Amino acid sequence: MEKSTGVVTGIISNLVTVKISGHVSQNEICYINLGGTKLMAEVIKVSGKNAFVQVYESTRGLKQGDTVEFDGHMLEVSLGPGLLSSSYDGLQNNLETMEGVFLKRGEYTDPLDHEKAWHFTPIAKVGDKVQAADWLGEVKEGWLPHKIMVPFSFKGEYTITSISDEGDYRIDDQMAVLTDEDGESHIVTMVQKWPVKIAVGGYAEKPRPYRIMETGVRCIDTLNPIAEGGTGFIPGPFGCGKTVLQHAIAKQGDAEVIVMAACGERANEVVEIFTEFPELVDPHTGRKLMERTTIICNTSNMPVAAREASVYTAMTICEYYRAMGMKALLLADSTSRWAQALREMSNRMEELPGADAFPVDLSAIISNFYSRAGIVKLRNGKTGSVTFIGTVSPAGGNLKEPVTESTKKAARCFYALEQSRADQKRYPAVNPIDSYSKYLEYPEVVEYLKERIDKNWVDNVNRAKNIVRRGKEVADQINILGDDGVPVSYHEQYWKSELIDFVILQQDAFDSIDALCPLERQKFMLELVLGICDHEFKFENFDKCREKYKELINLLRQMNYSEFKSEKFNQYLEQLNKVSNND
Amino acid sequence: MTKAFQRIYTQLESITKATVSLKAQGVSNDELATVAGRLAQVVKIKGDVVTLQIFSGTEGIPTNAEVMFFGEAPALNVSEELSGRFFNAYGKPIDGGPEVEGEHRQIGGPSVNPYKRKQPSELIPTGIAGIDLNNTLVSGQKIPFFADPDQPYNQVMAQVALRADVDKIILGGMGLSNDDYLYFRHEFESAGALDKIISFVNTTDQPPVERLLIPDMALAAAEYFAVDKNEKVLVLLTDMTLYADALSIVSNRMDQIPSKDSMPGSLYSDLAKIYEKAVQLPDGGSITIIAVTTLNDGDITHAIPDNTGYITEGQLFLRMDTDTGKVIIDPFRSLSRLKQLVQGKKTREDHSQVMNASVRLYADAQNAKTKLENGFDLSDYDMRCLEYAKAYAIRLLSIDVNISIEEMLDTAWSLFAEYFSQAETGIKQALIDKYWPKKAN
Repeated sequence: MEKSTGVVTGIISNLVTVKISGHVSQNEICYINLGGTKLMAEVIKVSGKNAFVQVYESTRGLKQGDTVEFDGHMLEVSLGPGLLSSSYDGLQNNLETMEGVFLKRGEYTDPLDHEKAWHFTPIAKVGDKVQAADWLGEVKEGWLPHKIMVPFSFKGEYTITSISDEGDYRIDDQMAVLTDEDGESHIVTMVQKWPVKIAVGGYAEKPRPYRIMETGVRCIDTLNPIAEGGTGFIPGPFGCGKTVLQHAIAKQGDAEVIVMAACGERANEVVEIFTEFPELVDPHTGRKLMERTTIICNTSNMPVAAREASVYTAMTICEYYRAMGMKALLLADSTSRWAQALREMSNRMEELPGADAFPVDLSAIISNFYSRAGIVKLRNGKTGSVTFIGTVSPAGGNLKEPVTESTKKAARCFYALEQSRADQKRYPAVNPIDSYSKYLEYPEVVEYLKERIDKNWVDNVNRAKNIVRRGKEVADQINILGDDGVPVSYHEQYWKSELIDFVILQQDAFDSIDALCPLERQKFMLELVLGICDHEFKFENFDKCREKYKELINLLRQMNYSEFKSEKFNQYLEQLNKVSNND
Repeated sequence: MTKAFQRIYTQLESITKATVSLKAQGVSNDELATVAGRLAQVVKIKGDVVTLQIFSGTEGIPTNAEVMFFGEAPALNVSEELSGRFFNAYGKPIDGGPEVEGEHRQIGGPSVNPYKRKQPSELIPTGIAGIDLNNTLVSGQKIPFFADPDQPYNQVMAQVALRADVDKIILGGMGLSNDDYLYFRHEFESAGALDKIISFVNTTDQPPVERLLIPDMALAAAEYFAVDKNEKVLVLLTDMTLYADALSIVSNRMDQIPSKDSMPGSLYSDLAKIYEKAVQLPDGGSITIIAVTTLNDGDITHAIPDNTGYITEGQLFLRMDTDTGKVIIDPFRSLSRLKQLVQGKKTREDHSQVMNASVRLYADAQNAKTKLENGFDLSDYDMRCLEYAKAYAIRLLSIDVNISIEEMLDTAWSLFAEYFSQAETGIKQALIDKYWPKKAN
C-alpha cells in the first residue's frame, strides 16, 4: 500500500490535526517530524481531508506545517521469544535499553533482542497442513516452552514446505516456509507483529470458564474465587490496599505467564516490582518471579495517550501466550487512568460528553476489552487462558461513578475494597458482603470445586458467608442497645463472624507464610473455623464470650503465621482444641 | 529572553478573559510570547490562527496589541547562582538582585525513565513525632499536608524544611498571602539557611494564572541540583489547591467540559506530572516533594484532594485536637506509604511495633470516648486509654514536638509503662524485655 503523507494544521495539547494527501485508515500510526525527532501518533478520527491524531509524546515545539508520514498499519506489538522478564513502556519500547536517566521524546527501542540465540525444536513437519496460530516448533524461554506459531495474520490453509532442524537460531532467522493455496511461499521467523486493538483469534472454541485460578489469597479463593480465564475487578479509594492486593496476586497467582500493566499509576510502585521481582521466587515453580513476568509500565507522568496503548499491548501479549496453551494472568492498575485518558481526548475532540464528562461509549470500550479474556480450546485440543483482574480508582471513593459502573457490567468478579476496613487495618480490606464471584453460579465451576476441594466445600463457604452477614447485623444492634441490652447469644453470633474475619478474611501480605495460603490449607482452616462456630459454648455473660473468642482468634492467627502442619502449627492446634473444648 | 529573530504581529482576531487569538505563521506549540508587554503562552493552533493564554489576564488589551513570539517554551537559567534567591513565576528575581546567569533550560521537561529510578531508602527526619514516628518520610517521596485553611500548615512546612537534612530547599509558593511570603522569608533568613534555599513565589495580589508556572519552575531548579549536582533537594509546594483552581479557570476559559467539582478532566494527569518529579536518582541525588492541599471543611472526596491522594505516597493530616488544644498530625488519616522502607531499617528495631501499638491504643481511646458520649459506663481500661490519649497527643502527636526518633520511641515506651500492662500493648515479648522502662526504685 502507498504510504500517505500530510502536514500539521492544528494543535491542542496532544491532539493534532493533519491535512492528508492520499488515504489513511482509522487507528493508523503516523510519525510527525519535529526538527528531526519523530513523534509517534495514532489516527483517531478523519473528517474530509483532515485526520485527527493523538500524539504519544509531548507536542511542545510542534508547528503548523510540520510534515507527517503515515505508516500504513495500526499500532502493533512484536511477539516472539524474549517478551518475558522484559520491561516495556505502553508502546512496547524496551525501557531497559534506553539511554540516559530521562525518557527522550521520539526515542523508540526494540522490544526484542535480535542477536540472542534460542534453541529451536520443530513440532510440525514438512507436508503438514497448518493455519494461523498452529504450532510449528518451540524454543525454551526460561523454563517455558515458547511455541513458534504460524503468524496470526495468515489467512486460510498453508502447507509446510520447509522447516528448520533442531538447533540455535536468532529470532529473525527463517524457521519455516509455508505455501498458501495459490502456491505462493511465505517465510516464517520467530517474530510476528499484531495490531493491539484487535483480539487474537486462531482457537477452536471459547467455552465458559469452568475451573478456578488459585491466588493464595483467602478472601478471593475461599469466598469469591476467580475462574481461570475469568475477569475480576478491584475498586477502592486510595490507601485501601489495591496495589498491595494486586502485587500479592502477581506474586502468587497460579499462572505460567504474568503481565502487569502499570497504567497511569505511581512510578515508585513499579520500581518496587523492578527491585523485588528479580529476587522473589515463584511459589509454584521455584524459579525467579521475573522469569514469568512482563511489565508494561506507563506511569502517571508518562504520555497520557500511551495509557490506552499500554493495556492493549499487555492484553495482546497475554493472548499470544494463550495461543501457546499457557495460563496467562493480566493485572492492570488502574483502568480508571485509561478511562481518564479517553476522557481527555474526547474532550479535546469536542465530542458530546456522557456522565462525568467521560465519552459515551466508555461502557462499550470497557466491555470489549474485558471480553478478550477467557479460556480457549486450541485446535490441537490443548487449552490456554487469559485471566484478567483490573483495579479501578473511583473518584472520591464513590462506586457510583461511570468507570466502576461500566466495569461492573463487564467483569464477573467484584472485590470491593472498603475504607472502613482499611481504617481498622483489616487487610486485605475486601468487603465480604458486597463482593461477589459470578462464577459460583456456574454449575460447572461448582462441580469443579466439589471435585477439586471437597464435596461440602461450596456449602461450607455459603455457611461462612452467612455467619459474617449475620454478625454484621447483630453488631449494629449491639451498638444501638449496648453490650448489656442484648442477649449473650447476640455476642456469640458477633464473635463467630469476627472469628471468620480475623482468621479467614484477614491475611498478612507482608508475612512470608501467611501471604500465600494454598487451597488445601484454606480448606483445613475453613473447616476448623466452622467446627468452632458449630460448637455450643455456654457463656455466663458477654465478657466471658469475648475472652474466649479472643483467645481462639489469637491461637488461630498464630497458626496462620506458622508453616502448615509443622510442629508449631500442630502445637497451636492442640492448644486450640483444649481451649474450645474447655467451657 | 529577547532573541534577535523575532516576529511581531499587531492584529488580534478575538479576546476572551484569559486568551487572545490572532493569525500568525510558524508558531510552535507551548511557545512563549508577549502581548502588549504581558507574558503569554501558545495553547492552541488551528490553521493559521494561534490562541495565546495571557498569564496576567487580558484586561485592557487592545485589538491592535503588539504580539511578539519568542520561539521557545518557558525556561529558567540554572546554575549555582540560584541559591538564596527569590523569584516570581517567570523566574525573574524579586529580591532586588541581578538576573541569574546559567544554562537556559526549558521547564516542564521529560520524565525520568521508571526503569532508571532507584527505590527510595533514605530517612528524612523532621523532629515531629507525628511524622517521624508514625509517618516516616523518605527521600524521593511525594506527600502533601491535608489541612483546613485555618491550620498553620505553612509554619509546619517551614519547620519541616529547616530541620530536614537536605542540600537544597526549593519553595514554590502559589497564591501565598503577602504575610505568609514574608513569614517564609523571615524564617529562612533567621535560620541562617538562606544560601540553601531558592524560592519561586506568586502572591495573592498577582494574577492566579501565573501560578501555573510555579511548580515547573521550582522543579526545573530542583532537577538541576538533583540530577546535575547529585544533591538531595526538598521541594515545598503551597498551596496546590490554589494551583488546581487556576487550572480550572484556564480550562473554563478554553471552553473545556468540566468533570467532577468543575475541575478539568485532565486534573489527575496535570497533578501527576508535578508530583512524579519526586525521584531517587541512581547517582544519589533526590527530589522530595512536600506539598499543601487545603481542604474545604476536611472533605477529602473533593476532586483536588481525591486525585492528589491517588498520586502522592500518603498524606499528612493536620487537625486541632480539642481535648488538648494542640494541632496534631492525625494518626488515623495520615499515611506515609514509604515508611516501611526505612522503619526498623534506618531506625531502631522496635520502631514499627511501637508505632502500631501506640496508634492502636489511641484508637481504643477513641472508642472509649464514643462510649462516654453515648452514655455507656467506662471500664478501668477505657479510663486509662483516655488518660494515655491526652499524654500521647501532647508529648508525641503535637506539631510543636522536636525530638530525635530515639527519644520518640523512649517517650512512647514510658507512656506505655505509665498507663498499661505489658500484655495490653500487644508488643512482641522480646522487644518488651529489652525496652520496657525499668522502675527507678
